[in-house]
Amino acid sequence: MTRINLTVDGQRVADDVEPRMLLVQYLREKLGKTGTVVGCDTSNCGACTVHLDGRSVKSCNVLAVQADGGEVTTIEGLAGEDGQLHPVQEAFRECHGLQCGYCTPGMIMQTVDLLAENPSPSEEAIRLGLEGNLCRCTGYHNIVRAVQHAAGTTGAAEGASA
Amino acid sequence: MIPAAFEYVAPASVEEALAALAEHGDDAKIIAGGQSLLPVLRMRLNAPEWVIDLGRIASLRGVRDGGDHLAIGAMTTHHDVGQDPMVHEHALLISKAITHLADAQVRHRGTFGGALAHADPAGDLGAPALALDATFVVQGPGGTREIPAADFFVDLFETAISDDEILTEVRVPKYDGWGAAYEKFVRIAHQWPIVAVAATVRLEGDTIAEARIGLTNMGSTPVRARATEQMLAGQPATEEGVAAAAALAADGTTPPSDLNGDADYRRHLATVLTRRAVLAAAGRG
Repeated sequence: MTRINLTVDGQRVADDVEPRMLLVQYLREKLGKTGTVVGCDTSNCGACTVHLDGRSVKSCNVLAVQADGGEVTTIEGLAGEDGQLHPVQEAFRECHGLQCGYCTPGMIMQTVDLLAENPSPSEEAIRLGLEGNLCRCTGYHNIVRAVQHAAGTTGAAEGASA
Repeated sequence: MIPAAFEYVAPASVEEALAALAEHGDDAKIIAGGQSLLPVLRMRLNAPEWVIDLGRIASLRGVRDGGDHLAIGAMTTHHDVGQDPMVHEHALLISKAITHLADAQVRHRGTFGGALAHADPAGDLGAPALALDATFVVQGPGGTREIPAADFFVDLFETAISDDEILTEVRVPKYDGWGAAYEKFVRIAHQWPIVAVAATVRLEGDTIAEARIGLTNMGSTPVRARATEQMLAGQPATEEGVAAAAALAADGTTPPSDLNGDADYRRHLATVLTRRAVLAAAGRG
């Protein structure tokens, strides 16, 4: 067992973990943060995306011990303490950027990362920025619209995306 | 899918990492960013007894100006290399290739040195490193040594790094003013290329003075398209001039056949992508 200390959604946590434990397992099974889901288990689908030290990562492809000393934000840490949704969460709801919702935690976490780096992305930049996140329901159109809505670029890009 | 149990050590220096490697030898595997290794461990294609994590060694991160070259620390993430203005200015081909490498999440964790040491012939960095004549700096018990890119890639997933050595740095000569393009053909977004072509050219007026071209997934290692490079030198940077040279791109290659395409299909792809890459690198794409 290896001792790890990290901050998850603003809370300090410390645990003894097996070195082989994946970060997503740690979040779900040790901390009960089941908002982060396991989709493909092969690091393809991006459903398990969280932020580690401020950047998006696939938490099924990171060992918990590699996150030692780090700061993790999951989908459960996005909303305000009063329950106020994060603007990206609000945009996904507003634009119906989901159907079954399974990919949504990862889509939202990757969108937050994308908009932090590029606050006004083109439609192409959005599609490229989300290429590591797979959705089996929507055909992506409403997801892209949700990102545009969150970025405030919906009006400018709507013609191009139709 | 969960890896088989292993012991874990995260040394704070290259010397400590080398000591751990010497102690555990064949039973140990080095993890850099882990974006290729962790899927392998999860699928239990490999089950090392020890995993040595280089992630805590700060000296292996960052891009440094070495005068006539850039020194890229082996543990610098793809994202950080791709965003580095010095890389953009002096080794544009690497910036271009990284925009096509995997996806954003993987680029945040995966490392420049880790991907090259993994030596997947379908990896996106081997062909640019080869085309740019990069030098690989490795450290072992006897000190450091430098391996030219032409000698670095030995076979499928095999490099000239010895079992007791660690890749610490990749030095890339400066190619100021060279245009560059990476043309990658994939069936599924963010996947490995069926074939990709890394091309960088130096123009004199409307003429291609020099061209350097690396091919991805056209053999068990990255390869240079030497015949095309030689024919391009002195050619006008036009569709016709480039197409004739690009037709030679697959000469001497031994591409694999798999579900994505047979060897002949890959040879055809290599010529098409080489034409596109050279024209794009010359600003004619």
